[in-house]
Amino acid sequence: MIGLEHYLTVAAVLFVIGIFGLFLNRKNVIILLMSIELMLLSVNINLVAFSSYAGDLVGQVFTLFILTVAAAEAAIGLAIIVSFFRNRGTIAVEDVNVMKG
Amino acid sequence: MIQADLNIILPEILLACYAMVALIGAVYTSKDKIAGKLVWATAVIFVIVAAWIGLSGEGERAAFDGMFNDDGFARFAKVTILLSAAAVLIMGQDYMSRRGMLRFEYPVLVTLSVVGMMVMVSAGDLMALYMGLELQSLSLYVIASMRRDSAKSAEAGMKYFVLGALSSGLLLYGSSLVYGFAGTTGFAGIIEAAGDGHVSLGLLFGLTFIACGLAFKVSAVPFHMWTPDVYQGAPTPITAFFATAPKVAAMALFARVLHDAFGGVVGDWQQIIALLSVLSMFLGAVAAIGQTDIKRLMAYSSIAHMGYALMGLAAGTAFGVQALLIYMAIYVTMNIGTFAFILSMEKDGQPVTDIRSLNMYSRTNSGKAMAMLILLFSLAGVPPLVGFFGKFYVLRAAYDAGLAWLAVLGVIASVIGAFYYLRIVYYMYFGEEGDALDNGKSPVLYGLLMGSAAIMLIGVVNLFGIEGIAQAAAATLVK
Repeated sequence: MIGLEHYLTVAAVLFVIGIFGLFLNRKNVIILLMSIELMLLSVNINLVAFSSYAGDLVGQVFTLFILTVAAAEAAIGLAIIVSFFRNRGTIAVEDVNVMKG
Repeated sequence: MIQADLNIILPEILLACYAMVALIGAVYTSKDKIAGKLVWATAVIFVIVAAWIGLSGEGERAAFDGMFNDDGFARFAKVTILLSAAAVLIMGQDYMSRRGMLRFEYPVLVTLSVVGMMVMVSAGDLMALYMGLELQSLSLYVIASMRRDSAKSAEAGMKYFVLGALSSGLLLYGSSLVYGFAGTTGFAGIIEAAGDGHVSLGLLFGLTFIACGLAFKVSAVPFHMWTPDVYQGAPTPITAFFATAPKVAAMALFARVLHDAFGGVVGDWQQIIALLSVLSMFLGAVAAIGQTDIKRLMAYSSIAHMGYALMGLAAGTAFGVQALLIYMAIYVTMNIGTFAFILSMEKDGQPVTDIRSLNMYSRTNSGKAMAMLILLFSLAGVPPLVGFFGKFYVLRAAYDAGLAWLAVLGVIASVIGAFYYLRIVYYMYFGEEGDALDNGKSPVLYGLLMGSAAIMLIGVVNLFGIEGIAQAAAATLVK
């Protein structure tokens, strides 16, 4: 029997993979976008699991909002990447280093 | 019923409609040619809406089943946000149009982000919180990378976007846990679930994730990495915007979530906030010492200031929230003046940001140097300027709440932090002889700089009465 905790575990694992993808990835900025998407989708799994477990629709409404915003976020991210590529001719993460902190 | 709800969010609806009309109108008519007028029109509309909210609003009203609250706290934050956004818009207009980067999207995006901020500070539900936060953040990512021909601006936008998205992810993961363990996304329901002083492990995890996500937005250490790069890379008028209105909104949202949703378990978040506060104050004070770029320096300065504001929040009392509101209002005023000065730093028409270029600035421009001196002393918290009273309030709030150690650390950090402000003063008055900067003649920048410096002096009398307003505002949040 697959219960709530299984869904939560999957979501937590996906979330952690997303965070590691953001920090360990040294190659390509597109992979950062994929990692961000992974994090947001793991949250959606969480919300839907809770929602169905509690018999409460609010979580699924929240999921729809997140999906919509994630689409807008990806569009803006890609636009910024295009603008970056035009200036630098590369989208490697190692090259995002004009300013040092 | 819906009529009453719509009445409550009328200011937000009107601003959103204005943004859409302005966007479509500019696209179908003269595009960037009317950008300058659009900036002024937007600023005037912000001031009108601020006056409307500030003068007409009273009492506490909730719309859409408590998803959106209109109370004294929200109104105080909204007026601060709107007025600072208006000041920043008009002060950047000349700078941007001379460099050919004034596009009509700029005022439109600022308007949309301001709508997002207004929703944030009024949020009464995790969904409203998320939507407001994202509307604000998405607009800010675009504004940061608006200078499309500059590698620095694109990089600033990219860094801001990636780390901002990460913080939204953390916040959302926390929200999902809170929803699961409290059974609702409304703050009113969450405070019931977490109200009896005992809080389940899941809720505690959710609270921690939400606090981390919001700490990113207020750029508190250890979630501050994006701030210096974004401040340095974005065009200066946009940096000025980042340093003012979004900080107020994020800080007000932080206070609202912690008090409205988790007000029953102050002990559980007090330590987190106190830790963030100490780290921010010290890192901001120490890391700024080695900076030579004034925009980077202002980034560390704002990190340190967020540390002090968080100290008011860490107190967990109504007085703490009052101190937070007063601190943020003062911080915004000081920053507007300081950025008006930074915008006027030019050599042969080119902007300079190196603080060593200020050598002997007082000789060529004694009036502006004096105003900047007052602002820097105020930022450092030197009595008797207004900046000192901001710090005094948060320190007292922390002390009254039994966090004497936090107050002591705050004083130590502010002494360390005074060093780098005084270094700028040193360059301006006693530096080596060098090429003088241009004698900028923009009346807007001059007026804002002098006005802000005058407020720092005259406000000492009674802080323009914001003490009482902030107290009433805090009382609506912390019951």
